[in-house]
Amino acid sequence: MTALTRLTMAAARDGLRRRNFTATELAAAHVAAVEAARPLNAFVTETPELAMAQAAESDRRLQRGEARPLEGLPLAIKDLFCTKDILTTASSHILDGFKPPYESTVTAQLWAAGAVMLGKTNMDEFAMGSSTTTSYYGPTENPWRRPGDNRPLVPGGSSGGSAAIVAACGALGATGTDTGGSIRQPASFTGIVGMKPTYGRCSRWGVVAFASSLDHPGPLTRTVRDAAMLLRGMAGHDPKDSTSAPVAVPDFEAALTGDIRGLKVGIPKEYRVDGMPGEIETLWQRGIEWLKTAGAHPVEISLPMTKYALPAYYIVAPAEASSNLARYDGVRFGLRVDGKSLEEMYELTRAAGFGAEVRRRVLIGTYVLSAGYYDAYYVKAQRVRTLIARDFAEAFKMVDCILTPTAPSSAFAIGEKSDDPIAMYLNDVFTVPADLAGIPAISVPAGLDESGLPLGLQIIGRAFDEETVFRVAGVLEEAASFTATPQFIAGASSSGGDIGSGHHEPH
Amino acid sequence: MALDKATVAHIATLARIRLSEAEQVKMADELSHILTWIEQLGEVDTSGVEPMTSVAAMRLPMREDRVTDGGRRDEVLANAPATAHGFFTVPKVVE
Repeated sequence: MTALTRLTMAAARDGLRRRNFTATELAAAHVAAVEAARPLNAFVTETPELAMAQAAESDRRLQRGEARPLEGLPLAIKDLFCTKDILTTASSHILDGFKPPYESTVTAQLWAAGAVMLGKTNMDEFAMGSSTTTSYYGPTENPWRRPGDNRPLVPGGSSGGSAAIVAACGALGATGTDTGGSIRQPASFTGIVGMKPTYGRCSRWGVVAFASSLDHPGPLTRTVRDAAMLLRGMAGHDPKDSTSAPVAVPDFEAALTGDIRGLKVGIPKEYRVDGMPGEIETLWQRGIEWLKTAGAHPVEISLPMTKYALPAYYIVAPAEASSNLARYDGVRFGLRVDGKSLEEMYELTRAAGFGAEVRRRVLIGTYVLSAGYYDAYYVKAQRVRTLIARDFAEAFKMVDCILTPTAPSSAFAIGEKSDDPIAMYLNDVFTVPADLAGIPAISVPAGLDESGLPLGLQIIGRAFDEETVFRVAGVLEEAASFTATPQFIAGASSSGGDIGSGHHEPH
Repeated sequence: MALDKATVAHIATLARIRLSEAEQVKMADELSHILTWIEQLGEVDTSGVEPMTSVAAMRLPMREDRVTDGGRRDEVLANAPATAHGFFTVPKVVE
């Protein structure tokens, strides 16, 4: 059944409608692939029985000619989305045993559109990280390795489980969330497509909150068309999220015309950092040439606030996180560590339940919001955020979209960069600005570096103009014709070798 | 800004996270390192710039002030570590 798991989501949709195979066959192939991919540790929870039950219903619908838009398509769901009666952990110890009594709006829409759930994917704890190594459930491995080098690599993060399982052909697509780059950076590290839509395009209701003004749900898929399909299923106005935008959801697939003639593409001169490998610069230049060949006009632009985006983010995001994570108190859900007093119970529960990175960020957030420092840090960062959004607004007076590298490096080894928080934070230097400005951005796999690992290019667009972003991404994808596959493909007999150093137990 | 151990102990109390002495020392180091890096924002002239309060250019929607949901006591309690008689239970607060 390997062939069924290698299909794109669009091809699987067409195959189901032509009765080339059934939803049950498609789901069974993916359930087997998820099992075969266990060495990657991409899932916190697998839901094979649910997948098969949903697929049976899809087959009934398909037979009656009543197929819904995502009918029978197996997806993986980041474990940040609440799923009714199914363990939802945010990869944190503090959410031990939490089974939400409700379904997130995004996943409810996916099931209503006929999609099939394979399980809940591993991530950095509370989405705080760029490597999926801060999970209580152990790190997820990237299905890619450097040829001739046996060290396991990170899949990026925080949506690393989602990215790894899609890259390894264990799911046709997956949901992720992007607060500082958590969809696009793992997409770049695993050679797939990751789309962060406009803030407000996808409801945050039922998504475990990290930084509310920055959290963006979005899709991870193997092709641009699949990302367009999946985003359409995830997006839409939701009265339960007061920041959800009351705007119609276009047919994003229809935007993939391949025609970008006359489009102006901004090339920001500030998207370069010290120590960035020359091959990323080379790939970026190649990207510019590809778009030029397709009839677009590259325009050099300046986004002078770029270097301040990351430090501003590391005030705003921890501040919001410290407030959002106050709810984990050992009273209403999850872990409780008993104490002699209420205060002691709170303190012991939160000390035991939060990992090192989460504790660090909650403490930074508490500090920057505390009396005497609020103006100096938090208000200052919010002013800088205004300037970052202004940079983009100025640029979009001259250009229709912006092309940049997605990340300043390819995937690194598990354990690397874990000693220095700032080295880890720098992964997101090119992705954070679009989160702060709330504008759509996509990562498209564009090539391999010298060590044989995938690199992505990023297209950033105007608010609510995902269509232009998709259109340009489609052209980029076709020009790059990225056909390389990871060393580990789920269930493929020739793959794997010794990938997956073994089962990861919670620490 | 270098944070000392006492400041870290204070914010850990505000955040209700118990830290050992050793953790306070380590955290003081790490947070000082991060805050020093963050302080490059001081280079940016933000005089006359409004702080961003909402990333989306929209007004928050209003609705009628009436109950839209409720009556879900058992669902609300279902995930609690400890409950009794339809309530959450916590260590004794009042003697």
